[in-house]
Amino acid sequence: MKTVQFREALREAMSEEMRRDQRVFLMGEEVAEYNGAYKVSQGMLDEFGPKRVIDTPIAELGFAGIGVGASMNGLRPIVEFMTWNFAILAADQIINSAAKMLQMSGGQYGCPIVFRGGNGTAGQLAATHSQSFESFYAHVPGLKVITPSTPYDAKGLLKAAIRDNDPVVFLESEKMYGDKGEIPEGEYIIPIGVADVKRKGKDVTIVSFGKIIKVAHEAAEALAKEGIELEIIDLRTVRPIDYATVVESVKKTNRCVVVEESWPLASISSEIAYHLQRYAFDHLDAPVLRVTQTDTPFAFSPTLIDEALPNVDRIVKAVKSVLYR
Amino acid sequence: MAVKTSKKPTAATKKSKVDSTSKFSKETYIKWWKDMLLIRKFEEKTGQLYIQQKFGGFCHLYIGQEAIVAGTASACKPGDKHMTAYRDHAHPIALGTDPRVLMAELYGRTTGCSKGKGGSMHFFDKKVNFMGGHGIVGAQIAMGAGVAFAEKYNETGNVAFVSMGDGAVRQGALHETFNMAMMWKLPVVFIIENNNYAMGTSVERTTNVTDLSKIGLSYEMPSRIVNGMSPEAVHEAIEEAADRARRGDGPTLLDIRTYRYKGHSMSDPQKYRTKQEVEEWMDQDPIVHCLEVIKENKWMTDKEIKEVEDWVKKEVEESVEFAENSPYPEGKELYEDIYQEPNYPYIVEY
Repeated sequence: MKTVQFREALREAMSEEMRRDQRVFLMGEEVAEYNGAYKVSQGMLDEFGPKRVIDTPIAELGFAGIGVGASMNGLRPIVEFMTWNFAILAADQIINSAAKMLQMSGGQYGCPIVFRGGNGTAGQLAATHSQSFESFYAHVPGLKVITPSTPYDAKGLLKAAIRDNDPVVFLESEKMYGDKGEIPEGEYIIPIGVADVKRKGKDVTIVSFGKIIKVAHEAAEALAKEGIELEIIDLRTVRPIDYATVVESVKKTNRCVVVEESWPLASISSEIAYHLQRYAFDHLDAPVLRVTQTDTPFAFSPTLIDEALPNVDRIVKAVKSVLYR
Repeated sequence: MAVKTSKKPTAATKKSKVDSTSKFSKETYIKWWKDMLLIRKFEEKTGQLYIQQKFGGFCHLYIGQEAIVAGTASACKPGDKHMTAYRDHAHPIALGTDPRVLMAELYGRTTGCSKGKGGSMHFFDKKVNFMGGHGIVGAQIAMGAGVAFAEKYNETGNVAFVSMGDGAVRQGALHETFNMAMMWKLPVVFIIENNNYAMGTSVERTTNVTDLSKIGLSYEMPSRIVNGMSPEAVHEAIEEAADRARRGDGPTLLDIRTYRYKGHSMSDPQKYRTKQEVEEWMDQDPIVHCLEVIKENKWMTDKEIKEVEDWVKKEVEESVEFAENSPYPEGKELYEDIYQEPNYPYIVEY
């Protein structure tokens, strides 16, 4: 094993796959000569040259569409968005084109493409730069949506995404790129659609994903001191969702709290809560609760940020509520 | 850079006289005439069937614009790729798709070119490199450049032909794409099928720059106006643009002036234009023109002409018969062709 940053894990995944398959290339804003806005692609231009590591102008819709067309015609693009907030401009190509192409062509043209970049809040960047798109893209049949929380998962899942023949939305975080974690020396792949039990516990199941799961881990530490053991399930993929792992855990704990960085309405947490009342009804000893971002656009001031995001106190409160303590 | 300016696109381009020095062969004229006639009759039948409510959805006919696909098909090479927007019935016919599978697609049947999943606006036929059939105005411009990107990446020498209506020119996707296509010298030919109306909104009512060929100038893209009622003019323009692309010199914008004789879609009352305007354009009909050339050169006897006309009629009739005798897809087909992955775990509820 070796310790790497999240950004290095992503870079290893892309570089290994580009060495393996000449059809894979990376395009996006600042990915080449600048070495990546967040240094994810550092050194890749040197290794692969300008044909395969391509700087684009600021034109998300245009280069996403060029990626989609290239994928229809035999290539396997990795399209980097500096953040997913900017990719709203490219949503037409992701949702209307990539997700639908195989179906609308009756199976003739698929889009093996990965759209990736920073997702969610990243400090004092205010409303337009702070959105989480998990449920937004998970809603769309035809896409696969991955949201890793550790460097290990990031590398294994990004390699799986690049090899996948379907369009994949890969949600990272500017706030995670510097996170360190252990990964194996050699190559490994993590299958898409498989959740991971990140912490074992018997009292309450926490379902979460992406960087906000770190807050759940902090809450677990705090609650452990009070003798409450949380089981933390990292979904890792939000389309498809590994419901079985969640239900299995709830059958054991009989209680569940979902922790999500995004807004509450039509969210992954609402989906998990629906699924548990439908498929684990008899196993629940309390309503499923959720801790999400407040139902408000993100704001600039630090006090407003503290108020908006899930934190340890709110998770602790929710956990104690499902335990009736 | 051959950019001519003109004011309002009108039918001013006079009916071309038969040119005895024409570089085009007997075979080319006969093919143009035959293909355009097949498209025209297919579309006329499609319009009738739509009015009879034989199938639903939107229905955008190509009638009047046939010379564009005929001239493109004769000028392109086998490995080239083709993409257009939702007025897409004619392109696959010109490229050689069996009209039966197209009619079946209109009917939403399993035998349709997109298995009844795409309908009128989403024809695809990989066998002839027809890559759709796209419903969102302007989206195909970026995708088409991406298709060209792959050809350049793989050094194939193939060209991507991307068609759009005059309305699509106002989408941001065009400008973003033109910029990158020129910077990267992608082997792509952008074809504006300029019929002067975006639904019911004329070019003059959407822009200060009514000469669409000027749009390419911001990106220093070679651009020209082409007479879209003339398969000869279209062929020459396409050939020149394709040669440029194959040489590695990048994209070309062709503002091909044409006219749709019918409304935007079948539900269009056409109050935005005069009968006289329509007739002026119909006076330059490319199918009539090609037949005139054939007759004047005595390339076909009356009997042979009649045989082709009968064949076209039969093709269209058989395509309807084929469609009507084909099965509708079963419900379970909904779950096919969404993912390449064979065992995707769909959520199945009541």
